[in-house]
Amino acid sequence: MNRTTLDLWVGFFVSMGIVALIFLALKVGNLGGSNLKEAYAITARFDNIGSLKVRAPVKSAGVVVGRVGAISFDLATYEAQVTLNVDGRYKFPKDTFAKILTSGLLGEQYIGLAVGGDEKMLGAGDTIAKTQSAVVIEELISQFMFNKASEGGAK
Amino acid sequence: MTQTDMPRNALVSIADLSFAYDSDNGNRKVLDGINMTIPRGKVVAIMGGSGCGKTTLLRLIGGQLRPSRGAVTVDGKVVHEMDDKGLYALRRRMGMLFQFGALFTDMSVFDNIAFPMREHTNLPEELIRDLVLMKLHAVGLRGAAQLMPSELSGGMARRVALARAVALDPMLIMYDEPFAGLDPISLGVVGQLIRRLTDALGASSIVVTHDVVASLKIVDYVYFVSEGRIVAEGTADEMIHSNIAFVKQFINAEADGPVPFHYPAVDYRQELFGSP
Amino acid sequence: MTTSPAHFFRAFGNRINNGIWHLGFASRFMLAILLHSGMALRRFPLVIREIYFTGVMSLIVILVSGLFVGMVLALQGYDTLQRYGSSEALGVLVALSLVRELGPVVAGLLFASRAGSAVTAEIGLMKATEQLSAMEMMAVNPIARVVAPRFWGGVISMPLLAALFSAMGILGGYLVGVQLIGVDEGSFWSQMQSSVDFREDILNGVIKSFVFGILVSLIAVFEGYDSEPTAEGVSSATTRTVVTSSLVILFADFILTALMFRG
Repeated sequence: MNRTTLDLWVGFFVSMGIVALIFLALKVGNLGGSNLKEAYAITARFDNIGSLKVRAPVKSAGVVVGRVGAISFDLATYEAQVTLNVDGRYKFPKDTFAKILTSGLLGEQYIGLAVGGDEKMLGAGDTIAKTQSAVVIEELISQFMFNKASEGGAK
Repeated sequence: MTQTDMPRNALVSIADLSFAYDSDNGNRKVLDGINMTIPRGKVVAIMGGSGCGKTTLLRLIGGQLRPSRGAVTVDGKVVHEMDDKGLYALRRRMGMLFQFGALFTDMSVFDNIAFPMREHTNLPEELIRDLVLMKLHAVGLRGAAQLMPSELSGGMARRVALARAVALDPMLIMYDEPFAGLDPISLGVVGQLIRRLTDALGASSIVVTHDVVASLKIVDYVYFVSEGRIVAEGTADEMIHSNIAFVKQFINAEADGPVPFHYPAVDYRQELFGSP
Repeated sequence: MTTSPAHFFRAFGNRINNGIWHLGFASRFMLAILLHSGMALRRFPLVIREIYFTGVMSLIVILVSGLFVGMVLALQGYDTLQRYGSSEALGVLVALSLVRELGPVVAGLLFASRAGSAVTAEIGLMKATEQLSAMEMMAVNPIARVVAPRFWGGVISMPLLAALFSAMGILGGYLVGVQLIGVDEGSFWSQMQSSVDFREDILNGVIKSFVFGILVSLIAVFEGYDSEPTAEGVSSATTRTVVTSSLVILFADFILTALMFRG
């Protein structure tokens, strides 16, 4: 086999392979999407984060405005401490409400930010004061049954 | 035989060489107490029946096998005591013609002969081209330089392999059954080439063969090996007129003699008619 | 009567002994390949030639197989998903199945059968016709000159082939799912994009294919080098390459999947 033809084919093959990899990375995966411009970190504390994972989306009004950076356990308050990396373009007021929501009925969990009316904005390192923990099915059921029981008792 | 006893013009010296393959069915000795001297500039033949250890001997000289006992000394150095570097340096000065050629089938004839040159020298391509063509011319195949090994006849392949074996002008050339399976013309050609190249290079040649006619025409000295031992040695003339039974049977191609016609078996009458 | 079970156990023990010895020999062989890879990497045209023979020559098989696997995934997946009203998740199904598992594994199996067996046959034939011996006698290390380039050629080709397989599969899934069946194109891609994570899924898939490439190339090259120098020896070595590679791929896939996708 001619040297140059061989090199040509190998070059073609390798470049096709790399193109396939790039295609997979960008079009199929979410590598292209996770570019937060000049993200700043804010923290939020929750009683129960449910099944929230690192790199879960942070949405406001349904639009992705950031990603969950880190999740840790605070020994002082026995609460979950979540670090949110928010896109620098978006500023949120100090009285923003952070809720853990589920996408769809059984989908993955994400953090939803509902804005308040405060004039002062959250800066890097600030903590969100108002949070709502994730809905845990067991607690929902036990609450339902408790209500049902008290209803029955009151009758 | 110590190194000081070795005659000055001996290139290869084999002293009390024994070799056995480690196998479960006992150590069958392939070679047992071999003593040989290969002088410089001579063609020496090693003859014997099939499976008597001739090829093993070549492998021991080339360092591909380690002896169980004894030593092979090439150009003053003991082969199995050399480290990898020394062994490779030695092999660069040896050429080997394998049975049926062993040409690299994915390269052309030209590239096959250029292979040792490209691997071991830094010669520019133009010089390599000239050298390859010279080697091919010496074996009469300069016009076949661009053919692939699959397109060559047996004799041609053998000649190309010979050209490759002498590509780096070795001091020792070993031939493993160079005459096997060749037509009479090719036999004559290969025999002539062995003699001519040995003389031209001033090298030593060891020809392992059982072709009596072709080899006795060109060799200086003969060793006869049977069952791992040397049974006779001498010049070609001495062998032809030898009275040793094994040599006579071999040279005169007699069917029965020291090497029996019948493979060991039960008594004939007993096997056919049952025990009387 | 007493010799029979003893004989059986001895034979069995022998086989295990042989197997362990083979494993040890193969590991030393791998080490030898790595040590002698310097020449292969310095004379890169040797490796390029092998990338051609293992990678480029396997392209057609990989691309066509990938396309069909993707198409079948879409067909089968749609059938089940639409029963739960989640047919827009077809893209996710096809992409994750391919990128995490089918891409590396099936491409690996195909690679072993096509390229692996070819390499084994090539090296085995060189051994049978004494070409490796001749090379040794010419003071050229056959492991450096013949074995190492083929090993690295396979290692480089395999991840690329797996990526191509996955990409073709997703394309096939798109063709069948969106064009043929009529799943919404937008949700096909967007759901896929939001569910397939680069680090978790794609990178892990690439790591898998890389590991498979190393294993298959090592087995192919080892079986060829270790084969009996006869015609039957080469043919049985070729079969062994395909069988052993396939089993090792599936076993390694289990281990890697357990390690990677535990969460």
